[in-house]
Order: sequence, then C-alpha cells, then structure tokens
Amino acid sequence: MADEIILLDFLPSIFGMRVRVALAEKGLMYEYREQDLWNKSPLLLEMNPVHKKIPVLIHNGKPICESTIIVQYIDEVWKDKSPLLPADPYERAQARFWADYIDKKLYDLGKKITLTKGEEQDTRKREFLDFLKLLEGELGDKPFFGGENFGFVDVSLVAFSSRFYAYESFGNFSIEAECPKLIAWTKRCMERESVSSSLLDPQKVHDFVAGMRRRYGVE
Amino acid sequence: MGEEVKLFRSWSSPFALRIVWALEIKGIEYEAVFEDLSNKSPLLLQYNPVHKKVPILVHNGRPIAESFVILEYIDETWKQVPLLPEDPYERAMARFWAKFCDDKVLTSIWSAFIKQGKEQEEALVAAAENLKFLEKEMKGKKFFGGERIGYVDIVLGWLANLVSIFEEIVGLKIVDERKFPLLYSWMQDFAEAPIIRDNCPPRDKMIVKFKALLDAAIASSSSSSK
Repeated sequence: MADEIILLDFLPSIFGMRVRVALAEKGLMYEYREQDLWNKSPLLLEMNPVHKKIPVLIHNGKPICESTIIVQYIDEVWKDKSPLLPADPYERAQARFWADYIDKKLYDLGKKITLTKGEEQDTRKREFLDFLKLLEGELGDKPFFGGENFGFVDVSLVAFSSRFYAYESFGNFSIEAECPKLIAWTKRCMERESVSSSLLDPQKVHDFVAGMRRRYGVE
Repeated sequence: MGEEVKLFRSWSSPFALRIVWALEIKGIEYEAVFEDLSNKSPLLLQYNPVHKKVPILVHNGRPIAESFVILEYIDETWKQVPLLPEDPYERAMARFWAKFCDDKVLTSIWSAFIKQGKEQEEALVAAAENLKFLEKEMKGKKFFGGERIGYVDIVLGWLANLVSIFEEIVGLKIVDERKFPLLYSWMQDFAEAPIIRDNCPPRDKMIVKFKALLDAAIASSSSSSK
C-alpha cells in the first residue's frame, strides 16, 4: 500500500522548509504543490480552514497543519529511519523546549529587522543577535543541536539560515561576525542533502523579502 | 527507586494548573512549590533561566519548563491513564487544537476581558470565531479526549473556570450557552470532574486578582496618551 503524500507549501517559507527537510531526512516521495498566498486555493482553504496557512501535509487524504506538529507527525509515522527526536523523554522535552522557543521568537525578530529602519532596526538587530547567541550557547561544542545526529531542533532552526543573507543585507550587519559557531553549524547542515535540497537559495529569499518590503512600503 | 517530583507553581497560574491536573489524573506523587511571582526564588531562576516562569516540573533534579512540553514529558514518562492518543494522526490533531487554544482562544478571550471600547468589541468577535471552531471539534464527544479527560481538555481547562470569572467582572457574555451549547456543556462537565473540582484556585481570590489586573490595565490605558 503506497502512501500518498502531498505538501501544500510556498518556496520562501521557513515553515515549509522545515517540513521539506523532515520529508527528505526520511527519504519520502511526495508531491509538492506551490501555493499562491495572495489567492488561496480551494484545496488550501479546505485542508486548513482554521488558519488558512501553509505548510499543510496531506497524508492519504488527511491534513496536518503547523510545521512543528507536521515534523513530529512525520517523525512518529516513519519512525524507523533517521529519528529526529531522541528516545529519552527528558532529551525529548529539551528538544521540544528549544523548538518551541525558536518558534515563539525568531521569525518575528528576523522579520522586524527587514521591516524597520534606523534606531528601531538597531534595536531589532541587537535582539536578534542576542537570541542567536543564546542558541549558540545551547549548541555548545556539539556538531548539531541533536548531539551527534541532526535532529528536531536542527530541523526547526536551519530553515532560518536561508534568510540570513536577507537579514544581513537589509540590516547592514554580519551575523557571522557575532555568531561564528552558529554559521559553522549552518554550513554543516547544508552539507546534508536533505537540507541543501530543501532550502531556497538565499538570493531568491532576498529578492522575495525585497518584494515584501516594497509591499509594506518600507523601501 | 525514589522518584522525586516537584512542581513549581503559583496559586493562580492557569498554565501550572494544567500540570497539577495531569499529575493528579495519573496519580503521581509530587511536591508543590508555590512561588510568589513578584519575588521569584533563586531556584526558579536557576531551573528556568530562559523564561523565568512557572510551571516548572523538576523530576529527580532535572527541570522541564513550558506547559505543553511538561505535559508530553509526563505522558511519556508515566504511561498510566494516557493523555495523548496513541494514533499519530490523532496525536497531531490534539497538538493542533492545544496550540490553537493558546495562540488564538486564550489571546482573544484575554483581550475581550482586558481591553475596552472598540478593541474589546473586536476581541469578542475574534473570540466567537475561535470558539466556533472548538464547538465544531467537540463533535458530540463528552470531552475533547473522548470519554475521558485528555490533553486538549487539560490545555483548554482554564476556559471552564476563568471565563465565568471574566464574565462576572466585566458583565459580558463571552461563551454564550445558546451559541456554543456543546462547549458550554463541556465546561460544566470538566469543572465538575472530581480531580478538576478539587484542584482549582478559590473563586473569590481569583475574582479579586483579576479585577485588580483589569483596574491596572484601565488605569494605564487612560493615563497614556493616544
């Protein structure tokens, strides 16, 4: 019995990239369907009536929404290959804690850099870098947040690296200068086929963010 | 083997109450450590340096923070009376609704309580939209978990006791029995379940606390220039 997997997604979406990485880590075949977020398809509205957002994973006709929830679902269904969450409940709790914290903070911190100017932007940059430094502390000397193995927190965070060039460009600062360990970690992740094939090219992300800035009248 | 389970909580935090309910439902022995959140203990700050909040579960000396994370940890560590379903799809749905509760339902109902004028009207509309989704999700079950209380019920449990307190203080109906009959009946069933009923903060104290929060919010919004 073959599994039917469809992913409703949007190429520059950080949240969509998480799901693409997880699917690739598990070696799963799926149908990717790019969505127009300014003209939402009937399928998207039917599969995610509550939030009307991507990503949505449709597995054998049943939808799962919210990227972190989708990644856990993928990990639980296809549990025999490349486990993303560790086996030990305490380690799992730590992984969920950090993934939750990244979810609560990082997207907005980054977005605010791209949509502000001057002094306000300086404050946003500082908050963003402080958050990344905290994550660096959590990474420590481990190759991945998951330890020896690429794991759940790595999946949650790595997609943001596709946006770093955009943040640096519009914020006029260098992330690597303050967070070299984190940038080293992103390069290590990009050596994985699952990551390099799932993340959108930083230049394309930059151009997308430039378009959003024009749309919001920041330029 | 000695199991040491401690729960750092405050007397009123609805997030900490989730953990109380989970521990009680599973019959896990624990020690409650009550924190004064205006004067946090060094131990709280040591166990949750990132958020500095309650609840914190400390199991054999190891801390876990964030109520959703703690609930899943409890369910994975003490397997009696499971809170989350076994089936991965049902688990994903439970997690989805729990997140919806906190991200949308709680924030809109809190705004409906704490804001005034136009902002309050808009919050009430948003709350009603969100409650409609929950009403639909009940689908004739007694609890979101089915026949017995589960993960989503515990996460949403604040609705069962806090909403009537909010309604009493602001004199507005937030969960109308006529519009949300299933949800309303769930609120009664949940609040009356023995473990829940025996583990709720005193209503009169809650009314005093939330009235004070509302008064402070009104004072600060009228003193700031708009």
